Amino acid sequence: MADNTVILDGAGVKRALTRIAHEVLERNKGVDGLVLVGIRTGGVHLAHELAARLNEIEGVTVPVGAVDITMYRDDIKGHSEHLPVGKTDIPFALEGKKVVLVDDVLFTGRTIRAAMDALMDQGRPSCIQLAVLVDRGHRDLPIRADFVGRNVPTSRSENIIVVFDEQNKPTEVILEK
Amino acid sequence: MGFRHKDIIGLRDLTKEEIELLLNTADSLNEVNNRDIKKVPTLRGKTVVNLFYEASTRTRTSFEIAAKRLSADTINISASTSSTTKGETLLDTAKNVLAMKPDIIVMRHAISGAHEFLSKRVSCSVINAGDGAHEHPSQGLLDMLTMRQRFGTLSGLKVAIVGDITHSRVARSDIYGLTKMGSNVFLAGPPTMMPVGVEKLGNVTVCKDMREAVHQADVVMMLRIQLERQGKTLLPSMREYSRYFGLNQEVLALAKENAMVMHPGPINRGVELNSAVADGDQSFVLKQVENGVAIRMAMLYHVCGGEPAEG
Repeated sequence: MADNTVILDGAGVKRALTRIAHEVLERNKGVDGLVLVGIRTGGVHLAHELAARLNEIEGVTVPVGAVDITMYRDDIKGHSEHLPVGKTDIPFALEGKKVVLVDDVLFTGRTIRAAMDALMDQGRPSCIQLAVLVDRGHRDLPIRADFVGRNVPTSRSENIIVVFDEQNKPTEVILEK
Repeated sequence: MGFRHKDIIGLRDLTKEEIELLLNTADSLNEVNNRDIKKVPTLRGKTVVNLFYEASTRTRTSFEIAAKRLSADTINISASTSSTTKGETLLDTAKNVLAMKPDIIVMRHAISGAHEFLSKRVSCSVINAGDGAHEHPSQGLLDMLTMRQRFGTLSGLKVAIVGDITHSRVARSDIYGLTKMGSNVFLAGPPTMMPVGVEKLGNVTVCKDMREAVHQADVVMMLRIQLERQGKTLLPSMREYSRYFGLNQEVLALAKENAMVMHPGPINRGVELNSAVADGDQSFVLKQVENGVAIRMAMLYHVCGGEPAEG
């Protein structure tokens, strides 16, 4: 743990989420037909945070779902650490909904590709938007985020970690060199 | 925790953690089976060969559905309609199947140990769908999943297994699995169908009377009497068997309130299970079949994705 830089502290994360919430409302002209789907596991915690912000601003509870992308990965063979499969839990129909997909860190874009395939298998949303807390670059696929908390230029060898406390609240974002 | 086996031959070879991993994966995959689009692309491009040397409806269909829901391609070969009837040996058949580059062979065979023999001689994964009187790991796992869904844990459960223990591969897989997970297993059956030394398999108690095994049980697992085979030679009569070792409401009342009744199928109605119990509220027989698909998806996923075991 030699070279760790704090990129966002607790207050920074809060401000970023509040701004993203306002941007989501502005883009979608309110919360009509809006649903949030977090990508397990960090994205789910952030989706709940975002839903709480939207509730504070608009006074409406936006449905939150969770998507697990393990079964949609493109790199199954050659995974030495075989990942446990999490539960996809989307307790509402996606048909015609405006879906905001939420993840903690946007990197190669492969996770987002997998998540979009997973969503498409569940129904036909009217659109999918992407909100991430950190965009660290190095895309392998033509994917970009609609809402970004912080752009962080990184090298491929570095690592970005979003830290959550026991209540699954984000506390800080760390760059690990 | 990784899954580091190329093959799944039996629950005897798996650790508690590996069994837990398979159960957890199956729990998550149950969600796919309840969707409108019951398919995920996980095993796209993989080929699964179902090689069945014995009759089967449930297991073969279940493995086939499981593979298809994971987007694998499936081919079914039944011995009765294959070159086996022309005298081809198991190894020759397997080598010819292998030349067509499958990724997984799911096999059922009448001889115990056929899978172990095969797995050492082929490069693809081998999953045991039942070998002789040895093991039936997918059934053992789906039984455990069904119990765990109901009780939240397997540890400390009293499970009664009643019937022909000697010739039951289901019983053997259940015993290996359940004792590893900390359940207390009680066996009952006619003395001609109780293997000598079975209590050495783990935390297993052999009961003389079925009522003793069922008393205060959380789960009553009834085994099928193989009417076409042992049923003819090892039992004086079906009526006598049914009277001593058949499950009816009166015997079931000795178990805990809301105890689960399970059966690997196919049921001999009126022999080991009477219809009122088989179709009653406490019967989980169809839930077992439902969970079978998820368990087999988990097995296919983990043998395909995990690295082959070292050494």
